[in-house]
Amino acid sequence: MLDAAGVGGIDALFDEIPAQLKQVRLERVPEALNEMQVTRLLQERAAQDGRWSSFIGAGAYEHYIPAAVWQLVTRGEFYSAYTPYQAEASQGTLQLLYEYQSMIAGLTGLDAANASLYDGASALAEAILMAVRLHKSSRRILLPANLHPHYAAVARALTSSQGVELIELSYDSRRGTITPDALPLDGAAALVIAQPNAFGGLEDVHALTDRAHAHGVLVIAVVNPVSLGLLNAPGEWGTQGADIAVGEGQPLGVPLSGGGPYFGFMTCKAAHIRQMPGRIAGRTVDLDGTPGFTLTLQAREQHIRRSKATSNICTNQGLAVTAATIHMALLGPAGLQRVAQTCHANLLALLERLQPLGVRPRFSASCFHEVVIDVGAPAPAVLAAMRAQGVLGGFDLGQWSPELSSSLLVCVTETKTMADLDHYAQALAAALSGRSSQERAS
Amino acid sequence: MNRLIFERSRTGRVSAQLAPAGAVVDDIPPALLRAAPPPLPEAAELDVVRHYTRLSQKNFSIDTQFYPLGSCTMKYNPRAANALAMLPEFLAHHPLAPEATGQGLLACLHELQEILCEVSGMAGVSLAPMAGAQGEFAGVAMIRAWHRSRGDHARSEIIVPDAAHGTNPATATMCGYAVREVPTDRSGNVDLDRLRAAVGPQTAGLMLTNPSTLGVFEQRILDIRDIVHGAGGLLYYDGANLNAIVGKVKPGAMGFDVIHMNLHKTFSTPHGGGGPGAGPVGVAERLLPFLPIPMVACEAGSDGRGTYRWLTEADRPQSIGRLSAFMGNVGVLLRAYVYARMLGRKGMARVAEFATLNANYLMVELARAGFDLAYPARRASHEFIVTLKRLKDETGVSAMDFAKRLLDKGVHAPTTYFPLLVPECLLIEPTETESKETLDAFVAAMKAVLEEARTQPDLVKSAPHTMPVRRLDDVRAARELDVVWKKSTRT
Repeated sequence: MLDAAGVGGIDALFDEIPAQLKQVRLERVPEALNEMQVTRLLQERAAQDGRWSSFIGAGAYEHYIPAAVWQLVTRGEFYSAYTPYQAEASQGTLQLLYEYQSMIAGLTGLDAANASLYDGASALAEAILMAVRLHKSSRRILLPANLHPHYAAVARALTSSQGVELIELSYDSRRGTITPDALPLDGAAALVIAQPNAFGGLEDVHALTDRAHAHGVLVIAVVNPVSLGLLNAPGEWGTQGADIAVGEGQPLGVPLSGGGPYFGFMTCKAAHIRQMPGRIAGRTVDLDGTPGFTLTLQAREQHIRRSKATSNICTNQGLAVTAATIHMALLGPAGLQRVAQTCHANLLALLERLQPLGVRPRFSASCFHEVVIDVGAPAPAVLAAMRAQGVLGGFDLGQWSPELSSSLLVCVTETKTMADLDHYAQALAAALSGRSSQERAS
Repeated sequence: MNRLIFERSRTGRVSAQLAPAGAVVDDIPPALLRAAPPPLPEAAELDVVRHYTRLSQKNFSIDTQFYPLGSCTMKYNPRAANALAMLPEFLAHHPLAPEATGQGLLACLHELQEILCEVSGMAGVSLAPMAGAQGEFAGVAMIRAWHRSRGDHARSEIIVPDAAHGTNPATATMCGYAVREVPTDRSGNVDLDRLRAAVGPQTAGLMLTNPSTLGVFEQRILDIRDIVHGAGGLLYYDGANLNAIVGKVKPGAMGFDVIHMNLHKTFSTPHGGGGPGAGPVGVAERLLPFLPIPMVACEAGSDGRGTYRWLTEADRPQSIGRLSAFMGNVGVLLRAYVYARMLGRKGMARVAEFATLNANYLMVELARAGFDLAYPARRASHEFIVTLKRLKDETGVSAMDFAKRLLDKGVHAPTTYFPLLVPECLLIEPTETESKETLDAFVAAMKAVLEEARTQPDLVKSAPHTMPVRRLDDVRAARELDVVWKKSTRT
């Protein structure tokens, strides 16, 4: 091949590169491992991390994923395909994306969907930029203080250089929810409503949506897709419905995997689709009139529009969306409803077990599958004691806010059995009594 | 097309995946509850498995076809990387679980950070960006943060060559910059005179892909560095083509201040029909404080062993901030880590060597077969451009037609109409994982289509003929938008 390429040796292939640049040492790159060796290494590291009975949610949720989902996702024809720019050779991926868009639009009760964004938080940032483009005369966005703080941080990082003003709305300290009265709606472009909010609580989405619309303010819904098996869809909020819905798609068949890859979904009213960022699959016909699928509205995108594009994004989270589509198809309407109902029922069952310990919800609003409990002691110590019993007892909310330093955010999904809930209650009881006996001793 | 999963739906049909029946919900205000079940398809598990298996079979993929898609690096994705990233403990690990329960995972990520630092020649790396384009965003945001930290608010422009990926100008806009384009000279390098004229006190930086999207190495990269740095700007390395020089040249040595790396290219994580990717960013010393969070730190523990933890806002107050809800695309990072460990120190350079050898071999063979090269006097990097302008003038067969006919020959089409400045172009990247036999078969397919274009141009213009659909009506797709199936409008 070297002869055919007309060079005497490999080094000649790099002869256009200035010689002083080619002194490369890679000392910090270890020597190669073969597949058996690297397997051993990774298995040891995975075993080191172990398995836990986890009650942590806070934006990423443990759900059962049917075996068929990832067996199909990792078929080479999905796994190793490129973005479907050559539509005729990518009808599988394109039809799947169209089905995904149909499912997620239906689930959120809105008209149109894109083929996904990176994750829930970046999808919110893109929705904010989209709302600013739609509103035209305002760049002010109202963000509730009970939105997941990482979402607010990502929104800040991704929108700050475009002159977007993010205004924080405080929440009612008793209910943990946003009060629809007295919102600074005048002159705002959009109101963000998280349902459930970051405390797991349910907002009065109808009143909030109607108030916003009465002031000409767009509504961006941030929702948990599994909760929509039980709760009403953003498209049904208030009299007109939310304008844009986004959220973390991970609960739909994507493993926790240490934080990613997940996917962000985005749906909107039909009128807004041309301002939506990201890939969109559409149905059309071929030269014979046979139906088929292609990427559409590409004139919004960076590879065509360059500096005038709606976003620089040139990815959807392909495999994660493939998983979500298959997952939703396997669950079906009844399956998703049952998962949501079971999550909720399990949360109530846990709270029942905590009552005798004197542990109650911190806020009074109803919850879906996650709740803030007050343990009356510093959360880190309580969580460490529970961990000694094999239980990850929740998320320490002191990390978000000092006034919540004795509060845990606890999530229960359909994966937990009554025995798991009993074990949680015992671990918490032990953690609290161990603590009080220590206090007595000192 | 295959029937939609919705059209296979039968009322009341369920898969075996139902959770136990949930209790009646009576503690949530009824106004907040869904009135009707969500409109998802109702299907048995076998229906679902068969449907999506059949859909998958309508795709081209690396596992089934040669995929010489320029600028996309469609190389083999080792199966071990997938299997090990999907070990049950890793999959079950919650991103907010205590760091003590994730030391094994964090060790892998920390070592990947180190490997990427070494390969790129940068002082520090953050794994946070979830794709190349987000890495670009992070990179340009750091350039902006650096200028501002020095009180330099006059820098309002990012310079990009006309050959750049579309993400470069789109990113600059997202970061609040105006975009100034510089042209390419006849040999395929950035036009240095025009670059000199373009820089000034308004220049925040230059975004450059090297080797460029024209498939050639910027020979005067050190002059480019001096011009941009001399004007007070920073140099951004778009790592899309790192595959061509990995282990041979470090971007840091070329003078770049910021780099993003597309792990789904050089580090062979799957493209997955459009993602997920991962786009770690690396920076030179002076930009270290601005790296996006979270990053993995290794601190000496009391037992002498390293303890790993995530660095957040509190540790890195000057950071450009958080780009994702959690830790970036960890599962993708794990795949890249496994790939890097299997390549090892010596394997890195082998990637660039074989990728470059394959490209140069293919370039010479295609020239011999009668194709016009866009830059015949240049050495190919890991990719090169063929222009079909002469063929178009003679036969009316366009690069698009040619590409579609290649699908009929069982190979994925090369990238067409990119970069924008070469007319009727095919950007061809064979990658290092293909054999000589595959390359020779591709040359034969190219020759066959060339012959058809000359003797039966209509056959090529109406291609493809053997795909599940014929050429699709894109105009109709955009004009009569149908992006969501609706039960009411179809039966």
